[in-house]
Parts: sequence; C-alpha cells; structure tokens
Amino acid sequence: MLNNKIAQNHKSRIEKHHIEDFIGRSYMSFCVLLLIVAIISMVYFVMSKGISTFVVDKVSVSDFFFGTKWSPEGSNPSFGALPFIAGSFVTTLLAALIASPLSICAALFMTEIVPGWGKKLLQPVIELLSGIPSVVYGFVGLSVIVPFLRNVFPGQGIGVAAGSIVLSVMILPTITSVTVDALSALPQNLKESSFALGATRWQTIARVIIPTTLPAILTGVVLGMARAFGEALAVQMVIGNAPFIPKSLFESASTLTSVITLGMGNTTMGSPQNNSLWSMALVLMLMTFLFVFIVRLLEKRRAI
Amino acid sequence: MRSRKSWVMALALTSVLALSACGNNGGNNTANGGNAEASNAPTQTNSGAELSGSILASGSTALQPLVEQVAEKFMEQHAGLDIQVQGGGSGTGLTQVAEKQVDIGNSDVFAEEKLKDADAEKAKALVDHQVAVVAIAAVTHPAVGVDGLTKQQLVDIFTGKITNWKDVGGADQKIQIINRPASSGTRATFEKFALGTKTEDLQGSIQEDSSGTVKKIIGETPGAIGYLALSYLDQTVQTLKYDSVDPSVDNVISGKYPVWAYEHMYTNGEPNETVKAFLDYFLTDEVQNGDVTELGYIPASKMQVSRDVAGTVTNK
Repeated sequence: MLNNKIAQNHKSRIEKHHIEDFIGRSYMSFCVLLLIVAIISMVYFVMSKGISTFVVDKVSVSDFFFGTKWSPEGSNPSFGALPFIAGSFVTTLLAALIASPLSICAALFMTEIVPGWGKKLLQPVIELLSGIPSVVYGFVGLSVIVPFLRNVFPGQGIGVAAGSIVLSVMILPTITSVTVDALSALPQNLKESSFALGATRWQTIARVIIPTTLPAILTGVVLGMARAFGEALAVQMVIGNAPFIPKSLFESASTLTSVITLGMGNTTMGSPQNNSLWSMALVLMLMTFLFVFIVRLLEKRRAI
Repeated sequence: MRSRKSWVMALALTSVLALSACGNNGGNNTANGGNAEASNAPTQTNSGAELSGSILASGSTALQPLVEQVAEKFMEQHAGLDIQVQGGGSGTGLTQVAEKQVDIGNSDVFAEEKLKDADAEKAKALVDHQVAVVAIAAVTHPAVGVDGLTKQQLVDIFTGKITNWKDVGGADQKIQIINRPASSGTRATFEKFALGTKTEDLQGSIQEDSSGTVKKIIGETPGAIGYLALSYLDQTVQTLKYDSVDPSVDNVISGKYPVWAYEHMYTNGEPNETVKAFLDYFLTDEVQNGDVTELGYIPASKMQVSRDVAGTVTNK
C-alpha cells in the first residue's frame, strides 16, 4: 500500500520532469527545424530563380559569365555579367589587402605589445567600427574619400579604389577580432620558451606567434572577404556603377551587389533582366558558400 | 539566469504578436467612430457605409513619400482604415499588383512599358490612376558655363559624341555623365522625352539610383551632367534650359516643357469601394493643391495637356 503510493509519487514526479524535458526539446527542435527550412527554401528559391535565366530566357552560360556587355534594356539585349563579377573580386581582394596588415598589427598591439591600456583603448574602438551602419560608411566615403581621391589622382574619385577603401574599413573589425581571439588563445608557455631561448619580442612575434596562429588569422581574413563580397550599399554609393570592367582604379565600375540593388526594384518579376539579377545573386551565394568552406578547411588546421 | 532571459524574450515576443493582433481588432471595432469628413470623398455620397479594412500599396520610391503622407491623412479621417505603403521600386509595384499581392501598385512609368512581351497580358488587366506629374530637368555642375542645351546637344553628350564642355559653348572641361541605372523610371522618362532615343551606358559614366546622391555628386564633380526631378533642384547645381525652355512648373502645366511623366497608381481591375475612395481622395483639390504641390510634384488635375502610353500629347 505504502510502497505503491511512493511508487506513484515517484512516477508522477518523473513524468513532470519528462514533460518539461519534452517541451524544451520540442521547442528547440521546432526552432532548429524552422532554421533549416528557412535556409533550404532560400537556397532553393535563389537557385530556381537564378537558373531560369539560362533555362527560360535561353541566355547562354558562357555569355553570362564571360560576356562583357551588359545592356538588358537595349533593342538587342545582352546579359554579360563579367564586369560585375570582376568588380566584386577586385574590390574584395583590394579591401582584404588593405585591411589585413592593419588588423593584424592592431591585434598584435592589443595582445602582445601593450596588452593593458592598448586593449582597453582599441577594443571599444574596433567594436564601435563594426556597429556603424553601412550607409554611414558609404556617405563618409562619398563625402571624404571620393573628393580626396579626385584631388590627388586623375579621374573623378569614384571607382574601385574608393570602394576598396570603404570596404577595408568595414572589414577591419572582423579580421581584428578573430585575430585577437586567436592570439589570446595561444598558450603562454610557447612565448615563454621563446623568450627563454633569448629571442627578442619581434623575433617571438614573427617566428613563433604569427606562424602558429596563421590559420586563425587567415580565417579572419576570409570572413572579412566574405563580408566585403556581400556588402552592397556602401560600395554602391562610391563605386560609380558603370557596367564595364574599369581601365583604372579611379574609373567607375560595378559589383554584383551594386547592380542587384540598383536593378531589382525597378524590374518586374520574371523579366529576363530580373532573372539575370537572380543569377548574379546565385553567384554571390555560391561564393559565400565557398568562403565558408575555406573557413572550415582552415579551422581543421587550427589545432595547435 | 540565461534560461530565464530567453523565456522573458519569448514571452515578450508572443505578447507583442498578441498585442498587434489586438490592435487590428480594436481598429476594426471602433470603425464606427465619427467620420464627418468621409462625405468629402465623392464616392461616399451614395452609401453611408463606413470605410474599413486595409489597403496595401507598394512600388515606386519616387512616389512613396506622397502616398505615405496622403494615406496618413486619409487614415485620420477614417479610423477603421489601415493603409500600408511600401517601396520596392516601380517594377516591384507592378509585379505585385498584377499578381494581386497588393491593392495598389505605384509606378513612375506606364505599366505597358514594364510588363512587356510575355507579360503584356498582365498589363491589360491593370487600371491606371494618374495622381501627379513629375518633371525632370537636365542639371550640371555650376562651373561648366552652360545654362541651356538643345535636344541634339543632349543626345550627343549622352551618347558620347561630345566629351568636352567647350564644344557646346562652355568651359574647357571634360564632361562626366551621372546616369541612372538602365531600369530606372527617371532614366526612361529622360531618354524618351528629352533625348528621344535610348542610350547605351558609356565606359566611365557614373550611375546612381537615389536622387539625393545624384545631386550631391553633380554638385561636387567638375564637369558633371545628370538629370533630376524639379523638386530636387537648388543652388548647388546648374539647371539647364531645354531647347531654350525653362523647366518651370508653369511650362510643364502648359505643355511647353516636354520632359515629364505621370506618377501612376495601378489597381488590378476596377478598385473596390475602399481603394476607390482613397484614390478619389487623391484627386480632390485638397490633396492636389496641398500635399502634391507641397512635396514638389505637379498636380495631375492642373495639367493642360495629357499624354498616352505612346507619348502622344493632346490638349485637354
């Protein structure tokens, strides 16, 4: 009798516990499911839209990827996207080239050179940079960088150079914070052994710290490039958006994102021009996947 | 601690959803509140019924501020009505109204110009409501030394035949074209009525979509030429005469200045009572002489000429 009651109590307690567990579990599964469905449907949507340029509108794949003439509204429409693909790659690479040394030096300064006030001062500044909306970057670029380039270099100031400079400031925080994390995670005894062997601080940084954290630093650079590749608004404001491969860094050019944002709203769904913009969105998405893939690859090598 | 925080957030989220749902119901329930002004709208005379429900409009960003402001006023007069105005561009507006995703599609161009070829059927179902007129003027950097161009000179500049201002009587300064993207309604209007021909993009030309950015670049770049709606003109740029005609509101109204286009609000088929009341309100003198003029558009009702899809101008 008594035993039975205890067993019953025990049972009900377990059930309550189980219910709680069940609710929590199903709530989480639901959220994860929603996330997966969202991602899959987005990929499917962009893919199906992007492929219709080639299937429905019969634009040849090589004309799209290697054609240099973009004239979708002309009497004889052509959909060459090479100027945009080239523009995206050039601005992204230049931005990474400008930003990487700056970010890595900033990270070394914060962790190795002056870990005390250096970090206290720079950390909030870097965090602030990442919080500034991209339209503000674009506007500052248009008001400060473009006139500066116009006065110093030939051309109108607007172009790939202006776009890369704006982008490089935008990706500074990404590269810096990833590098700082990697440097802080470096085991202390590695540095101590280096110092014990009589190495100077510079020798330690150049021959011990940077080589061991290189995969992590590269991860930061690739993440920064991914951000630069996908950034639209700020670049669009300063790059000029002419659908041509520029002859110099100070001539108006376009990126994939800028042509999409300029054209998407003005074209009707299903028109060849709209479809070709979706194809460019597909290229952007595939590039992002590639960046993520590279990051995963680098992370595998990251174990010290 | 962390789990409590997430629960609080979840709770907040659901309560916001619940509240917004309540808000909608509340709005509908109180729709019988005083609406004396409703009788101002011409369609309200026959049925004394209250306007309620919701109207969704999307499309042209050039027209958006006007529609938003008028919608705001209309909603004040009709408590039961909810009007949402979204941007997205003329193409988006036309697509969505053709697919009945929205009640009104705002556009800078005739639907027939955007919905072509395979989509031409869709354009036939749409009913045009012309609510305002936007005129576009060619503008330059203040220091080029030219205050007017002929049609042929403009064509030569925008097709790249003339590349220096001295060839049209200005300073010895290279011409820098500030264009709009090929799909832009402003560019379509400028090419159709100022140049009379479509132009190809030129290497080195600059393209911007937002009128504010275009104005800023033209004002700052030596030798720059572009085009802007009249409401954007000010001292920072030089406004050009077109074939010796000043781009003034009066010249547009009388039909002397040809570079203008209607702002359209399309409905799919004839609008229902609520949408019709809103569109009729748009054409009342109160709105046409008030909000429309105030925001820099030209009242459609004042125009002494009218123009059809093909561009044929007739006197009213």
